[in-house]
Amino acid sequence: MKGAALRRFTGLLRKEFLQILRDPSALAIAFVLPAVLLLIIGQGVSLDARGVPVALVVQHPDALTASFTGHFEQSPYFRPLRYRDIQSAEAAMAAGKVQAIVWLPSDFSRRARANGNSPIGVIVNGVDANDARLIEGYVQQVWSTWLAAQARLQGKRSPLPLDVAARVRFNPGVSSRDYLVPGLIALIMTLTGALLTALVMAREWERGTLEALMVTRVKMREILLAKLVPYFLLGMGGMAASVAIAVFLFGIPMRGSLLVLTGTSALFMLAALGMGLLISSFARNQFVAGQIAIITTFLPAFILSGFVFDIDSMPQVVQFITHIVAARYFVAILQTLFLAGDVWSVILPNALALAIMAVIFLAAARAITHKRLD
Amino acid sequence: MPNERPEKPPALKLEAVQRHFRTNKRLVTALDGISAEVEEGTVTGLIGPDGAGKTTLMRLIAGLLRLDGGSIQALGLDVSADPLGVQGKLGYMPQRFGLYEDLSVRENLDLYADLQGVAPAIRPARYAELLHMTGLGPFTQRMAGRLSGGMKQKLGLACTLLHPPELLLLDEPTVGVDPVSRRELWQIIEHLMQTTSLTVLFSTAYLDEAERCDAVLLLHEGRLLGSGKPGEFTKEIEGRSYLASSQLSRRRLQARLSSTPGVIDAIIQGSHVRVITASTTTSDPAGWIEEAPDLRLTPTPPRFEDSFVARLHEQAQETGSSVTAMPPPLKSANDGDDNVISVSRLSRRFGDFVAVNDISFSVNRGQIFGLLGANGAGKSTTFRMLCGLLPPSSGSLQVAGYDLRKAAAAARGRIGYMAQKFSLYGDLSVHRNLRFFSSAYRLKGARQQDRIDWAIQEFDLKPILNDTSKDLPLGFKQRLALACALMHEPDILFLDEPTSGVDPLARREFWRRINGLAESGVTVLVTTHFMEEAEYCDQLVIMAQGRILATGAPENIKRIARTPETPDPTMEDAFIAVIETPAEADVT
Amino acid sequence: MWRQVLALLIKELLTVLSDRKSRVVLIGPPLIQLMVFGYAATFDLNKVPIAIYNQDRSAASRDLVAHFTGSPTFNVVANLKSEKPIDDLIDSREVRMVLVIDPRFTRNLLSGHPAPVQMIVDGRNSNTALLIQGYANNILNDYALAWNARKGAPPPPAVLDMRARFNPTLDSHWFIVPGIIALLTQLVTLLIVGMSVARERETGTFDQLLVTPLRQFDILLGKGLPSLLIGGIEATVIIAATVWWFDIPLRGELLALYFGLLLFVVSVTGIGLMISSLAVTQQQALLGAFLFMVPSVILSGFATPIANMSEWVQYLTFINPMRYFLIIVRKVFLEGADFSALTAQYWPMAVIGLVTLITAAWLFRKRLS
Repeated sequence: MKGAALRRFTGLLRKEFLQILRDPSALAIAFVLPAVLLLIIGQGVSLDARGVPVALVVQHPDALTASFTGHFEQSPYFRPLRYRDIQSAEAAMAAGKVQAIVWLPSDFSRRARANGNSPIGVIVNGVDANDARLIEGYVQQVWSTWLAAQARLQGKRSPLPLDVAARVRFNPGVSSRDYLVPGLIALIMTLTGALLTALVMAREWERGTLEALMVTRVKMREILLAKLVPYFLLGMGGMAASVAIAVFLFGIPMRGSLLVLTGTSALFMLAALGMGLLISSFARNQFVAGQIAIITTFLPAFILSGFVFDIDSMPQVVQFITHIVAARYFVAILQTLFLAGDVWSVILPNALALAIMAVIFLAAARAITHKRLD
Repeated sequence: MPNERPEKPPALKLEAVQRHFRTNKRLVTALDGISAEVEEGTVTGLIGPDGAGKTTLMRLIAGLLRLDGGSIQALGLDVSADPLGVQGKLGYMPQRFGLYEDLSVRENLDLYADLQGVAPAIRPARYAELLHMTGLGPFTQRMAGRLSGGMKQKLGLACTLLHPPELLLLDEPTVGVDPVSRRELWQIIEHLMQTTSLTVLFSTAYLDEAERCDAVLLLHEGRLLGSGKPGEFTKEIEGRSYLASSQLSRRRLQARLSSTPGVIDAIIQGSHVRVITASTTTSDPAGWIEEAPDLRLTPTPPRFEDSFVARLHEQAQETGSSVTAMPPPLKSANDGDDNVISVSRLSRRFGDFVAVNDISFSVNRGQIFGLLGANGAGKSTTFRMLCGLLPPSSGSLQVAGYDLRKAAAAARGRIGYMAQKFSLYGDLSVHRNLRFFSSAYRLKGARQQDRIDWAIQEFDLKPILNDTSKDLPLGFKQRLALACALMHEPDILFLDEPTSGVDPLARREFWRRINGLAESGVTVLVTTHFMEEAEYCDQLVIMAQGRILATGAPENIKRIARTPETPDPTMEDAFIAVIETPAEADVT
Repeated sequence: MWRQVLALLIKELLTVLSDRKSRVVLIGPPLIQLMVFGYAATFDLNKVPIAIYNQDRSAASRDLVAHFTGSPTFNVVANLKSEKPIDDLIDSREVRMVLVIDPRFTRNLLSGHPAPVQMIVDGRNSNTALLIQGYANNILNDYALAWNARKGAPPPPAVLDMRARFNPTLDSHWFIVPGIIALLTQLVTLLIVGMSVARERETGTFDQLLVTPLRQFDILLGKGLPSLLIGGIEATVIIAATVWWFDIPLRGELLALYFGLLLFVVSVTGIGLMISSLAVTQQQALLGAFLFMVPSVILSGFATPIANMSEWVQYLTFINPMRYFLIIVRKVFLEGADFSALTAQYWPMAVIGLVTLITAAWLFRKRLS
């Protein structure tokens, strides 16, 4: 009987593989979808402001103002544009031509020489608060380097008493792509995993093929397992392609070991496929399965996974909710593996969470798929 | 004979089988206390119209559904207690057999051999035997999706038989299969019965197939209407079936006869009208109909369908529902036999595949014109081209003087269209569907209200007016679909498989209506794969593989098959004759 | 003609809303997601866990530590005694930053030399890393200027007087929550139209429509208006929640916002109908909807600015209606924009809508098999 069960299983497996080979849509979901999305979006997502258009308004140009604006000209973060007066600069900001205004009033140099503390007006467009904050930080940097340079020039000590050094671990270039791309992989794999399986069970229900299978001696778990194995391999293939694109095309460092990456990806893939299987077994028709897949995968994985929005910044209740999003764990793992390495204190708890989710999804899919039609 | 060994336990024993379904708010009883026995070694027909509960019963026996009451014993095992044990011993071929269309014939066989635990050693012999039996030998490498409907069914049957079952459940294996394949399927079953000790339960909506079974279970609306040998059914109405003829046109005659007291059923059969009377003693037919004093009745042997209709009729009278009378003509008949539809040298290709191959025909006003053929013969493609839904690859066509694909929207207002499967908006109520389609056909104000009222009254829709249309029984869906297509009193009516799946009574009612419409000058173009429905047509074409194989009036076409052995061939005989002739011609 | 369109509209609305599952899917998740995402989607730092390794145990350094413990941005979870646990704490994400105060801190301060302070930041989320540095720098600057003032040291020649226009407290909810209006409106619109034609094709009712005297234009209106209506109503609810629940100021003309909403829903409807009529099966329609929705959301400027994208991707965003609508929403809400300020956003959406709708209508008849 053991041999018969094995033969049933290999028969089902062979069937799944043949179908995948002949129906290009599964291959498209596994390889084309991640590759295309990663290539386009990977080029697109970045939070790093570079060459920010900034309006410089200098009402009385002299050597001091020139030394200050010179620092703006040199900064890679800014693309300074000159405006004659504050009104025209404000108009340019309203029209979206500049993101910030740096304004040196007419008495700037006089006050700087007299008592110091001469105010430099900085107005940032606060609509994109994140961008605005980054711009403020950059302006501050320009200002403090200018202060230090001025002091050196005059042979004085820096007017600021602190010597602040920053060391950014893992991502010294503070390039946002380095952490967004690993998150993006997690996001795309969520979609791929769910889409691969969300429709397959529903399709068998709709086409009536499941009915003929059911009446043979095959067990439901054999059917589900035979579905899981090939799509798991496909998903892992898509994952490998994504990692390759990230490393070789986008130049993201890969500091963790491939073994850990493979292991954790496998756990995540099981959870994502399990979720798809669950949706599929629950909906039994492709239309509803599709709608549920759209609603439950993309936006939650986009917003609640820590992909762009830091989970630590969310309110407690929302942080709690993020625990049901599998992508959340995978984003943490991938960001750590890519940028930090095999940090077990991050990987182990997240991997455990993924394993639990995989077990829950798969067990639930198994539990609601009876070998019956009702 | 197997039933001469009563000491053997029955292969299948049903006791008070109950099954309900919940759709939306309502509890629908699919099977209501079915008790029956199927003897070992017989072919038992499970016969009834669509929605009778055949598939539900099959699934219950296969252990795929839970019983709500009663018990089922199959091969001595209780199905509820040991579904896996039963499944190991039976073969089940669902209505849409789960062939994987993207796997080849051979790969499908391999899969089911693995699933049924057929040892690799015995596979070559088993495959060879089954492939030979089904005639699929030359096609082992072909994808199952590219087989014809008949071949798919045969492959499904082969897959079910890989591990020889003791009980074989076949759920409507002959639906949508052309008559030639249907005949072959039956030959396979008969061959199996001779060589093995198999028990077969065979469900079908084709009543003529009952006559091929050893025993029959007659199912209607979830209840067992009768069981026994097919001969016992026809015996009941012995002496009550006649062929009527008169000077009167056959349609008018049929209409008059069906409203004559004492006549249960009147349908057109060839140039005659087939009549079933309520009792064997009949008065002089000459007095039945004023317009037809020359009415003559010739006794004819009863068919299984006659007995089914008679039984249904008795039941209908018990429950008090009545068969609707013939509708009055919609408008005065337009005389003249000008061409309303003309098709010349029409072809349609999909890639390499030629769906319609150089066909020509024309239809006159007030005619009922039939397109006859199996699924995939090109009927629907032709139909869709006529309705302007599909552009032809070459050739020309005109409907009421227009090419509907290019004509202004107003031109489409002259046609009525009833799609396959009665495409209604399932989520909307009956009333909403009527409102929507009448608006779509540009009716408004009092006239729209009039027509909706007309439809409600004419098609007896009042009791179901607020029901969601997807929950309706098929017969009601068909009525509603026809009502929607007639809202705007079209000159031309397109009907695509209008009666598939509908029970014989509803079919009769439907054809009475269509006859009435034709009488009043409406031109009707209809496709069907029910051969006997061809009898209602004035003209018909038989199509196969995109070509027209024969054109003419039904009598003329039947004449093709007339041989000394079959002096009075049926339409099915004619169809087979027509199909087989050119096939041979092609080979030579 | 309007009567037929009205009939189509009623039919579509009933079809969408009479099915319980559809109703739940269209109304429940968007509203739940509004609430969850409205709070979740933020770039603002709040109680970031940090550790401090103070090697200089003096009043001056304790004062600096107090600046950090008093800040709402930071949450000092550990005071370290040695530098050994620093890497572990950061690697395991227990803290996002460690502030290391050098043993020479007070000595240097008092002697007028720059006092060394080091920030070790977790760079895995570089955006958070930059923000942490920015906040920490602010605190350090305040401390430095206060120290200078107290000690009578000469002030720096110039100081920054920073102000943010339109969003003075730089609350990123003001940026994100109006964006959710666009996000959810697009989701609902796509759910309604994305598969509607494909579904009718599969059930056969689409043929039935095509043989009635209805014209393509009528069918187009009938298919498009429901999403406009439902999308419009849901958008209104979300806008109301944005204003009254999330307290985002609405400074511009509501009419200008609604005109943008109209064009946005029209253009998304056009794209959805195009996908839907191009697809032969519902499965293909679903894949198509996904392939459109994912990039269109991520590359819309919703979370990451378009200006940061590589050039060819920026060109790609020109065909993304959400890009324009996001600008409209934010300009109207925060910048108080009126009609005239938004023409540059209106017309591209109108063009996208027109082209896709015409294509969809053309496909109604063309794509038959």
